Amino acid sequence: MARVGKLRWGDTLDDEDLLPPPTVKGPDDHGVKTMVEYFKNEKGDAIKKTTKIKVVTVEKKVYKVTEERRKWPRFGLAARETPQDSVTVQAVEEIPFERVRQVKATTQEKKATDIQQVLATADKTVISGSIKEMLYKKRMERELLRAKGLLKEAEKPPEEDGKGGSGPGMGAPKPGSYQPPNLRNRGGGEGESMMKKREDNSIRVTNLSEDVTEGDLQELFRPFGPVSRIFLAVDKQTGENRGFAFVNYVHREDADRAIRNLNGFGYDNLILRVEWAQPREAK
Amino acid sequence: MRPYLLKGHERPLTQVKYNREGDLLVSCAKNLQPCLWSSEDGRRIGTYEGHNGAIWTCDITWDSDRLITGSADQTVRIWDLPTGKELCQFRHREPCRAVKLSAGERFLAVTSDAFMESQPAVHIYNFAENIEDQSTEPALTWNVPKGRCTRVFWTDCNRKLITSHDYGKLRRWDVETGALLQEETVHEDAIQDMQMSPDESHVITASLDKTAKLIDIESFQVLKTYKTGRFVQSAAMSPLFDHVVMGGGQDASQVTTTAAQAGGFEARFFHKIFQEEFGRVRGHFGPINTIAFHPSGRSFTTGGEDGYVRVHHMDLDYYTTKFF
Repeated sequence: MARVGKLRWGDTLDDEDLLPPPTVKGPDDHGVKTMVEYFKNEKGDAIKKTTKIKVVTVEKKVYKVTEERRKWPRFGLAARETPQDSVTVQAVEEIPFERVRQVKATTQEKKATDIQQVLATADKTVISGSIKEMLYKKRMERELLRAKGLLKEAEKPPEEDGKGGSGPGMGAPKPGSYQPPNLRNRGGGEGESMMKKREDNSIRVTNLSEDVTEGDLQELFRPFGPVSRIFLAVDKQTGENRGFAFVNYVHREDADRAIRNLNGFGYDNLILRVEWAQPREAK
Repeated sequence: MRPYLLKGHERPLTQVKYNREGDLLVSCAKNLQPCLWSSEDGRRIGTYEGHNGAIWTCDITWDSDRLITGSADQTVRIWDLPTGKELCQFRHREPCRAVKLSAGERFLAVTSDAFMESQPAVHIYNFAENIEDQSTEPALTWNVPKGRCTRVFWTDCNRKLITSHDYGKLRRWDVETGALLQEETVHEDAIQDMQMSPDESHVITASLDKTAKLIDIESFQVLKTYKTGRFVQSAAMSPLFDHVVMGGGQDASQVTTTAAQAGGFEARFFHKIFQEEFGRVRGHFGPINTIAFHPSGRSFTTGGEDGYVRVHHMDLDYYTTKFF
């Protein structure tokens, strides 16, 4: 079978050995190099494979002397070492440069120290004065929002002297809105065991940021009087807190004062909600 | 990044040092052979055989021709760096803790620990250009107060020495007479490492009081303090950015009793001016004993109590990220 002249496609199909030779083109103006190869797969089909590679030239300045040092013969233990010794290994896993979120921690710390300073330096009147000031600012902001119709009537700010009990938004929950478990089935028979807890002067703190620790709460609530217990709800899986906590005071007046002063208090960019652990009326 | 793990020492590392161009890296450890590595790919080029005790420190000449090592076997040795041949040794009666060549490399400062009846001391040698002319006797020796003298630097056109010590002390000495010129307590505990800034205007000290400090050379005034909450064994300054990196971790004797995560064995990056931490690189499973930045600032090397040297080449985002 002497083949003369051009190949016919019918012939090439018959003949297994005949595949066009691989070609390499480029790199072109964009630095793209194109390579075309032909091969047969296991089924005997002819496959055309096109590979495009971008060629980038990187210029790197090196010392002349360091290039010469590359030629140094190895000596000592290095001359006797074999690849099996694996003296030098490149780490298999990718080691990240981990960012440390410093900013958040510092603002929190700053806030904590601010509060501490206020609490440490002045007597109680000044404290309540400064916190009152903050509360006033917050209230004015909310007032402004309400005037614009942005804040619903239900979210009225709490009264300054704390009718406490029902707390904001707790009296008449909107249908379908979230209700804390302790308020569900109100008037239902269960809650016998809860009654006991209500005896102690327990207040509930919600809308905490996830960075808050028990120590922070201690700092926050301690100044109002002796605290007998602080419970911060922590998610078992994630280890982060769940945004609410219970604080028990030894004296009822202290708890009352804490509620009056800290409800609506801006802490770590969130506005705290502090109220009695359950409505007073339930007593 | 994927660091190179260099397993040339089975014992804790004591110092890693780059040469001037940064293509070579010398590591010293508590085993007997210091190693020479290519910093680019971590290839071991050679080892220096002859010491008979832990190697505490080393220094490399400007032209990377000689290596000077100080050892607990009470000798300081000068090596031909490219071939590993020992050229000369100075015999002491005490372990040698720190060595440093002067600017111009006409002199060599060696510090020694207290041992038997001898007190800790500083020794000044003439450093000869031709090894045949090298004298093995110190030109000048003076005693220093109690405690290790962990690092030494030449300052003020080779007229003065500054040394870091146990008990958090920095001292300045007159080289001509050996007179004590200044003494400051800058740390509350031992200074483990001291490294010079590229412009030789300030040093960074790493201390067991859990801080590293930036200290002005002229006045010994503390410029910046970096609080880490753990022992700092070594700290280095980036020649490229206003970054400092420090390594350390809990006490070596407690390593086995706690989880690796709790040990704090990462290399920690602080901003030099703001004194705030912004990044960490983990990897060692023991405290980092020594840390060094490449002269270009594009890679850094850590040596750990675990016997590993890790050479990190920075990823692109280290240069592009705005950390502050």
